[in-house]
Amino acid sequence: MAENNSNLKFFLTVGALLLAGAAVFTAQNIFDDYKIRILNLAAVYVILGLGLNVINGFTGLFSLGHAGFMMIGAYTAALLSMPPAAKAMNFYMKPLIAPLTDVHLPIGLALPAAGLVAAFFGLLIAAPVLRLKGDYLAIASLGFAEIMRVLFTMAQSITNGALGLKGIPSINSMYFYWTTALVTLILVKQLVNSSYGRALKAIRDDEIAAEAMGINLFYHKVLSFSTGAFFAGIGGALLGFLVTTIDPNMFTFLQTFNILMIIVLGGLGSLTGTVISAIIVAVMMEVLRIVDAPINLGFISLPGVAGMRMVIFSLLLLLVILFYQHGIMGTREFNWNWIINKIKHNGDIGKKGGKSHGAVGNG
Amino acid sequence: MTFDIFLQHLSNGISLGSLYALIAIGYTMVYGILRLINFAHGDLIMVAAYSAFYGVILFRMPWWLAFPLAIIITTLTGVTIEKVAYKPIRSSPRISILISAIAVSFFLENLAIVVFSGRPKAFPQPEIFSKMIEFGEVYIMSLSFFIPVVTIVVLAALNYLVNKTTTGIAMRAVARDYETSSLMGVEINRIVSYTFALGSALAAVGGIMWSMKFPQIQPLMGIFPGLKCFIAAVVGGIGSITGATIGGFFLGIMEIMLVAFLPELTGYRDAFAFVLLILILIFRPTGIIGEKLTEKV
Amino acid sequence: MALLETDKIAMRFGGLVAVSNFTLALEDKEIVGLIGPNGAGKTTIFNMITGVYTPSEGQILFCNVDITNKKPDYITKLGIARTFQNIRLFSSMSVFENILVAKHTRLHASPLSAVLNLPKYSSEMKKYKAECLELLEAVGLSDLTYEKATALPYGKQRRLEIARALATNPKLLLLDEPAAGMNPNEAHDLMNFIRQVRDNFNVTILLIEHHMKVVMGICEHIVVVDHGVTIARGTPAEIQTDKRVIEAYLGVDAHA
Repeated sequence: MAENNSNLKFFLTVGALLLAGAAVFTAQNIFDDYKIRILNLAAVYVILGLGLNVINGFTGLFSLGHAGFMMIGAYTAALLSMPPAAKAMNFYMKPLIAPLTDVHLPIGLALPAAGLVAAFFGLLIAAPVLRLKGDYLAIASLGFAEIMRVLFTMAQSITNGALGLKGIPSINSMYFYWTTALVTLILVKQLVNSSYGRALKAIRDDEIAAEAMGINLFYHKVLSFSTGAFFAGIGGALLGFLVTTIDPNMFTFLQTFNILMIIVLGGLGSLTGTVISAIIVAVMMEVLRIVDAPINLGFISLPGVAGMRMVIFSLLLLLVILFYQHGIMGTREFNWNWIINKIKHNGDIGKKGGKSHGAVGNG
Repeated sequence: MTFDIFLQHLSNGISLGSLYALIAIGYTMVYGILRLINFAHGDLIMVAAYSAFYGVILFRMPWWLAFPLAIIITTLTGVTIEKVAYKPIRSSPRISILISAIAVSFFLENLAIVVFSGRPKAFPQPEIFSKMIEFGEVYIMSLSFFIPVVTIVVLAALNYLVNKTTTGIAMRAVARDYETSSLMGVEINRIVSYTFALGSALAAVGGIMWSMKFPQIQPLMGIFPGLKCFIAAVVGGIGSITGATIGGFFLGIMEIMLVAFLPELTGYRDAFAFVLLILILIFRPTGIIGEKLTEKV
Repeated sequence: MALLETDKIAMRFGGLVAVSNFTLALEDKEIVGLIGPNGAGKTTIFNMITGVYTPSEGQILFCNVDITNKKPDYITKLGIARTFQNIRLFSSMSVFENILVAKHTRLHASPLSAVLNLPKYSSEMKKYKAECLELLEAVGLSDLTYEKATALPYGKQRRLEIARALATNPKLLLLDEPAAGMNPNEAHDLMNFIRQVRDNFNVTILLIEHHMKVVMGICEHIVVVDHGVTIARGTPAEIQTDKRVIEAYLGVDAHA
């Protein structure tokens, strides 16, 4: 039943992409800089969320080190793509070390480099950390992220320490961020629906049974971890291009918490959910900023309450976890079949495309 | 380094170690029973600190009234957190309850920012604790003697409670074998609440003494101590009260010694705990005490 | 050469000796039963053979390869597959996906190849998917191919778990209480099913089971274990009349 719709689905997908492209085009031209910035941030959150979801949602590893990889990616991209003059201006306390001073790569090279360097660190850290179970893995990954942050703060001649880096090339084209997000989504989707993705899900569902079926746990956990780290690096790099200033304090556990919140809200095993909730959270974070600052309603003025935003978000996360554990999408993915069936059978819902989500996938 | 200065460092280390131990025990007890890392435990330090602060400053209570009251408030907070945020999802996958713990932690911290403001406040230091006692070249605060003494008394009381009372025995039974204990008629909910109450009380005692030692309190004050104390619990052997005590003292003393003998590494002081954690997890994950937990296939 | 040989293997957990001095030799295409009272160490023996535990003593050879210290995934690749006492299906996946994931261990294509859907990957997967559909047909689960695995009735879940093990192309199949929780009819069906599996898939089967009818019905050879010690070996007929076995396990009315 799913098969004879495949042509229709293809056209629907192409149509949707064109629509999305048109939406980006329109937004780029009619929205002001502020709104564009928020939408670009949403794209970055999508990438960060997808990366973390591969590790936490699809493989079931509770990693809390995402911010560390973001930081590595951000600094890599920044140091590679900043013009030497800008770097010299930043490193006034202690000069930047040799080869980095003159390196000046185009963004197209700096960005993947950021991902690869982050993935490399993911590989290094994976060995000790992934042998640990559940809670220990969480704390160890958090520990590594914190250690990295301290190291970056102390390594004045490589990262400029606590002073951070200013003057990173600024990009505010929505095409740039959203195309990267789309590519990320496609790559992650391909991975997750492939045999390797199935192996990761098997590890999540039952590690012992997975191993008994011949799946090498360590190899696949490292694969998952490094993939997540790669996209964290990409996301971190993009964050740098978006805000043009980075310093180690941007990459604390709070940052990881935000991404964790996104993937839990969207549904830990759902790509669609991550995309949706990333956009919602990015927008809401801004919308709720008004709560942090004074609100003038004309006749009365509500005093701003700093921190209220995070109070609301943590309360929201708590409520989701307590009552709606599976998030918006659970482990379901968006599927054209559902819409096709709705239209075909009018009021009669009929069978959902594939009795279990992603019955076969595409790989 | 003269002997006097060394003595000062040592007393600092012992004080810090005692505080870490008290707080680490709370982590380990909860972990032992529920296999949960209670991320919100560290924030109980902050709750105790602010309760005590407002008791003295706002309500003009004498310290010997405000401090015990603060302990009670903190204990109630801890028990409430368990009832509201952990109990409903006890049977859910562990990742859910961990996320819940993180959410509670963030909630407490940010609520504190909203209610108390993020600006640090000066914690009252009662006369009796802030006397400076002369030791040759250096001065040591009287608090530095009180802390280990209080800790020992508290540990002795805890030891009695855990080993000699029925509830204590029930606690250990639940930690050892959750299912069988409940089948044997142990009221799990009551025991869990009791465990949280004890752990929170200990955190409160630790938190108040911490605030006297480091008299600037602010809403995020519990984060780093909390994390370090959890690490201390792991280093000593998670699930074991003795382990947490040993881990706490070890970490506290090591941290001070690091700064004392290698002052150029002071910036890495906080990272030290994490490095220790990674090393322990790699080479001896069951900690110094080392209780192996095998999974039945 | 025996397919599997365990040579005086033992398992100690701290002070507790779960299994001691266990020696066994399995020949091709045999169906051998491993029986004994609860806690006798049977699953521990399985766990030692499949690499979940490393034996405290002794050696295990499979097709003349020393697998004593190897990990489960390596052992599965060599050709030993198992099912579990408490069914361990992959709860988020369909019946088909559960079987397909067992083929992953045979996949040569790299992760990159999989993500980019390169020809090497897609051709391998095409082959494996076809094999899985055939397998589902052979075990009679075709009509449930896309159902969620854990939504199946209990008996079918057991069958699926066995099918999943078969998908790894094993030479030796270890079944841990496959008839647990089944009524006499279901157990009887299972018995025939196991026999068919051995015949059609050319596997040797080592079976832990408490259902005496199933054990006596299909096992050509039985080993009896009690408190980690082997107390008897022989054909079903010999075991049924063995005094020690009756005393330790079967009870006087041994023809259950």
